[in-house]
Amino acid sequence: MTNSLLSMKNVTAFYGGSQALYGLSLQVHQGEVVALMGRNGAGKTTAIKTICRMIRHKEGEILFCGTDLDPLTSHRAARLGIGLVPEGRRCFATLSVEENLVAAARTGHWNLAQVYRLFPQLRDRKGKSARTLSGGEQQMLAIGRALMTNPRLLLLDEATEGLAPLVRKEIWSAVAELRKGRDLTILLVDKSPRELAKVADRCVVLERGRDAWTGTFEELTPEIALRHLGV
Amino acid sequence: MSAPERGFNFGLASLLLAVPLIAAYMGEPYYLTLATRIAILSIAAVGLNFALGLGGLVSFGHAAYFGLGGYAAGILANHALKGQAILDWPFELGGTTFMPTIWLVAVFAAGLAAFLIGLLSLRTTGVYFIMITLAFAQMLYYFAVSWPAYGGEDGLPVYVRNSFPGLNTLDPVQFFLISYAVLLIALALFSLLRNSNFGVALRASRQNPGRVASLGIEVFRLRLAAFVLSGAITGLAGALYADLNRFVSPQMLSWHMSGEIMVFIILGGAGRLFGPVAGAVLYIILEQSLGEVSDYWQIFLGLLLLCVVLYARGGLIGAVLDRRLG
Repeated sequence: MTNSLLSMKNVTAFYGGSQALYGLSLQVHQGEVVALMGRNGAGKTTAIKTICRMIRHKEGEILFCGTDLDPLTSHRAARLGIGLVPEGRRCFATLSVEENLVAAARTGHWNLAQVYRLFPQLRDRKGKSARTLSGGEQQMLAIGRALMTNPRLLLLDEATEGLAPLVRKEIWSAVAELRKGRDLTILLVDKSPRELAKVADRCVVLERGRDAWTGTFEELTPEIALRHLGV
Repeated sequence: MSAPERGFNFGLASLLLAVPLIAAYMGEPYYLTLATRIAILSIAAVGLNFALGLGGLVSFGHAAYFGLGGYAAGILANHALKGQAILDWPFELGGTTFMPTIWLVAVFAAGLAAFLIGLLSLRTTGVYFIMITLAFAQMLYYFAVSWPAYGGEDGLPVYVRNSFPGLNTLDPVQFFLISYAVLLIALALFSLLRNSNFGVALRASRQNPGRVASLGIEVFRLRLAAFVLSGAITGLAGALYADLNRFVSPQMLSWHMSGEIMVFIILGGAGRLFGPVAGAVLYIILEQSLGEVSDYWQIFLGLLLLCVVLYARGGLIGAVLDRRLG
């Protein structure tokens, strides 16, 4: 895994006058599953939003497949192959499940049949309005919607937040399923190291807007976890 | 679309066809003219429904496209009647009374105007968008008022009813049927596009444009396409309206007209297939019935509009069907 799909070097980003990233550097290779971890306010969601151009970075460099993302708008970054599953799911409430899926569909491996195979619950509710779905189903829909754009890199921001344990299990098994093919690269943010260890190849720990530690989950000793994550 | 809504739509479409035909059979041509007016104004509102109902674009300047369509029809017919060319250079362009050609010109003129206005106005949102669209429409209104070549403030009479191959357009029934057929085509196009990927993305952009962009769709282009289509259809309605009245005036471009078209949609139900038709029917019925009671009938319309906005967000169709469906 030498070819870097995503490369961030010394990236700084701001919310108005408030700095959120202080020189973040990060490499994600083709086919990898990388977990982005850190305490609240460490900059995980900001990093995700910067990659998909919802926030513009001020300094540093972000390369995706060798293309500088700096001049690109959000939709152009998505067209390059960056798929986002946003925090809080954010499905289009008044559209039906199927309409949510086809709204931005692009041709490729992922189509309605593939998404319904991954999440059979969605097939059963395809005609229902997204607002009538449970939290877990909405999360599945958000993942399905991002997959329908046939991304090369899937960004999952707090995919299991606020979900019941059984539903969380379903989401994690779906992520494990996505990992199998190794043709989809995944960068995921979550607060559960135990679950992340099962699906991620390695993790990057953020602290105060910069990368504080990088390694595999075997290398993430309790001392390192306590120092950087407080767990 | 639910089965009751399909039934309501079918019923409304049937009534709009049957009532004027029966009225004509019984020798009441007034109702036929009224139904023709409803059909044409419904087309204009279907046009606005693309932008407002699907895209959430509150355009307060659709009279611009309605008026442009009207003037396209009026100018072409006027020149044809006088036998004068509209342009002598770089090529000679004469007038025409051939309806399909007039419709094409109206659609093109209104679509082009919507494209140019959309290019600027769609860079803004909210109240700024409303104000910019209103400002452009008022610019065209004042231009028409101060353009003496085509009647200025007095407007431009169209002395002939434009022709359609195989039909006698001077016959009110046949002209109504032409307007009704165009309305059905506009509704079919709306239905087709609303359920296409384009329509779904447009409806999604109404809820969260940032999220749509993060899925790889350029929201500006999407909205511009909807805005142009919206303006073009409203322009087509303007051409038919000029033919119905055999007269075009700057009033077709005024903000009152923009407001009227918007009221049809709000009354009927924004984004709903037959919302504009239901709204136009209700508006014209109120205008005719309350207008006999008082010159200030619009006070009652205002109260009704207030009730719809406060208690029936889905408009008339929503109030009737959503309550029935629980």
